Amino acid sequence: MRLNYLVQRLILFVVVVWVAATINFVLPRLSGGNAIRTQLTQQAATGGYVQSNIDAMVAEYDKVFGLDKPLWEQYAIYLWNIGHFEFGFSMANYPMRVSTLMVNALPWTLALLGLSTAIAFSVGIFLGGLLAWPKTPRFIVNVLLPPFLTLSAVPYYMLGLVLLWVLAFQTHWLPIFGAYTPGVIPDWSDLEFWKDVGIHMILPALSIVLSAVGFWALGMRAMMVTVQHDDFVQFAEAKGLKGRTVFFRYAGRNALLPQVTALGLTIGHILSGALLVEIVFSYPGIGNVLYRSIKAYDYFAIEGIVFGVIVSITLATLILDLIYPKIDPRITYVRS
Amino acid sequence: MGIAIGQPAPSLELATERPPADGRVRVGLRYLAHNRQLTLGIVLLGLLIVFVILGNLLYDVGRHRPLSVLPGRPPSAEFPLGTDSQGRDILAVMIAGTPLTLRMGILAGFLGVAIGTVLAFAGAYYGGLLDSLVRGVVDVGLTIPTFLVLIIVAITIHSAMTIEQMALVIAALAWLWPTRTIRAQVLTMRERAYVHVARLSGAGNLKIIFFELMPNLVPYLAASLVAAVAAAILASLGLEALGLGAVDSPTIGMTIYWVIFYGALLQGMWWWFLPPIVVVVMLFTGLFSLSAGLDEWANPRMRKSV
Repeated sequence: MRLNYLVQRLILFVVVVWVAATINFVLPRLSGGNAIRTQLTQQAATGGYVQSNIDAMVAEYDKVFGLDKPLWEQYAIYLWNIGHFEFGFSMANYPMRVSTLMVNALPWTLALLGLSTAIAFSVGIFLGGLLAWPKTPRFIVNVLLPPFLTLSAVPYYMLGLVLLWVLAFQTHWLPIFGAYTPGVIPDWSDLEFWKDVGIHMILPALSIVLSAVGFWALGMRAMMVTVQHDDFVQFAEAKGLKGRTVFFRYAGRNALLPQVTALGLTIGHILSGALLVEIVFSYPGIGNVLYRSIKAYDYFAIEGIVFGVIVSITLATLILDLIYPKIDPRITYVRS
Repeated sequence: MGIAIGQPAPSLELATERPPADGRVRVGLRYLAHNRQLTLGIVLLGLLIVFVILGNLLYDVGRHRPLSVLPGRPPSAEFPLGTDSQGRDILAVMIAGTPLTLRMGILAGFLGVAIGTVLAFAGAYYGGLLDSLVRGVVDVGLTIPTFLVLIIVAITIHSAMTIEQMALVIAALAWLWPTRTIRAQVLTMRERAYVHVARLSGAGNLKIIFFELMPNLVPYLAASLVAAVAAAILASLGLEALGLGAVDSPTIGMTIYWVIFYGALLQGMWWWFLPPIVVVVMLFTGLFSLSAGLDEWANPRMRKSV
């Protein structure tokens, strides 16, 4: 029974990845456009070279990329390539491979997203609990709630623009763009470089944290209010346990569970938001690569990145689902 | 993007007393006084609409076009919100862009909820193979982050889109969440006593759907609609900020795109990026409050708060 769930979940994962891959394959071909022709025409228009041989060039490239083969064969090759993360070359940064582009950018995105989400989640959960605790002074609730409501309504990247303007442009407290001071050669053995990276990460991370904290706090608060009146909480109170114990260990722990589920459900939204934050801050992560690829009509790079990100999010959701029993002992995926 | 779309924001206020039934308007007003979320939402969105209407009446909106005024001017008596690097009057852009962004969101949200309602009813009420199919597609679809698929769709179209095309692109995935939540509602309603009574008295399926189930779902559908509109606007802003959208239209999202494109920030042109952000905050706070307020109206027993 429980094992069934695990198998089901794995099948869903494979299906989702396959659907995403197929969308990635089918959609661009539906439009009837030819990515290579678009790219060449684009280059011809900006570079000003003669356009007469474009047809021959397109035919040649089609052969190189295997685009002259029947559709089902292309699809099979495509699935095989994507199966081992082979997305071909970036058209705008030839001869760089799309996978190289992604591997270079990924650590930055992971660090920024992981750190800010972890901070936002834990701080939000804590503040949300505090907001619902009957002993919390009223004025704290009144001071915290309105900004939470407003901030959680602002997309990360717009909050980023405001923070950038106030904390970097006006006051010069923090750097304006990038992941480290331009011109510095990355040297991870140097402590100064770590410091530099840290300072550059403050603003982009802050814009995600500030906006996300409100969301987690409001969700946690709503759950706490509901759980507070549950039987087991009243029983714990009746047993004469300390108010704090009842609140955090009984009510808090149970109110936490839906928040973890929500984390799994919203991880896609969080990431989409973080990608846009990177653009605002010219942070060298996946979002920035995506932005530049879109500007350069670099279809292969766009498709590779979108697919890669979809797979990572699906994987993250899967992992979260599988560690869920650790947090909630009532759920077990393995027969005991 | 801090808000999970479709999950109603937790409500703040608890309406306790039932208003006495003396005159519909007064009852309505008294209800609004209790349901502060609903009031806040209506007021914020109302302010935006008044701004757009008054702006169209009193201001030269034609100046939202590029090169129609002097570029790069800070706010002054002539240009209350200044002008951007391409010679657009920011106030005129806001007056012209706010309704465009709203229209895009409403169109996409409405399509999403309409498709979702039909699929949810077809699936949940008739059950069987159709229901399994709907549920499977929604389960898989919701796992894939919609925003990224929208990027692929928009890239495929690529040429400058109109507002309506943009709405259609977003609507292509906007039905997934409404389908799931409305389906859950229909499933619980289908087994209520009054539906059984209607069926026993010989009412047909369509009659039960339209005369028994639908009227009870109206508040819930309204809340879903508002949430779907907010989600659609969020998606449109994100796509446009990437430069994928109605490039020729002065929407809020395109304004943000130009802000990033021309580095308005590095030039210290705060009057260029603050107005669209203020509009977005009012819009989202308004829509979320409205959604939470409608949710409370739809489901008074679920009132959560202190």
